[in-house]
Amino acid sequence: MQIRLLAFASLREILRSSERSLSLPQGARVGDAQRLLEEQFPGLAPHRSSMRIARNGRLVDSDATLCDGDEIALFPPVGGG
Amino acid sequence: MDSERFSIVRGPIDPRCFENIAGAGEGALVTFLGIVRNTAHDGRAVVGLSYEAYETMACTEFKAIDAQARERFGDVRLWIAHAVGDLAVGEVAVAVAATAEHRAAAFEACRFAIDQLKERAPIWKKERYADGNAQWRANKTDE
Repeated sequence: MQIRLLAFASLREILRSSERSLSLPQGARVGDAQRLLEEQFPGLAPHRSSMRIARNGRLVDSDATLCDGDEIALFPPVGGG
Repeated sequence: MDSERFSIVRGPIDPRCFENIAGAGEGALVTFLGIVRNTAHDGRAVVGLSYEAYETMACTEFKAIDAQARERFGDVRLWIAHAVGDLAVGEVAVAVAATAEHRAAAFEACRFAIDQLKERAPIWKKERYADGNAQWRANKTDE
């Protein structure tokens, strides 16, 4: 299945793009997507504990199950205002 | 701003954006403008900020903050606009307004809205310093 991955702020800079498509096996979870990305971008690993993950606009844990076409957003602690 | 109460705006926000909010019969309008400061928390000289947002989720959070404000403070209405892109010192990054029948609820709702925005809205800022460096900055609780 394909998911749409968005990354913001410092994580966007590590991934060198704000948006990409990710191929994952059926039944994959958010944590699987994280591991795949950390293999490609080792600079992500230090951010694992502070990273927040949203699935289709809602914050989720790494054990959340993914579906084909989902939009996953990775972002660091927020800094608005 | 009245036609769309929750928005992400490209570039600095017009400080006169609240001009058309009042007039629905409420007795109180409290506004807050968040402005780019010239110093960082560590004292470094700041020349500007660059903001980015997960825009759809940010507007969803603004609406959720508005709904929670009504649960807490009664019949209040919020307006929230946040800038994205490059802002210079002195420009407006965020604008919050709250209307209510009386002032107490409007003050409380406005304070609640900016506090909640800073804590949970998916928006990020990069400080640009006078020495040419730049750094992403997460919020502390009382900025």
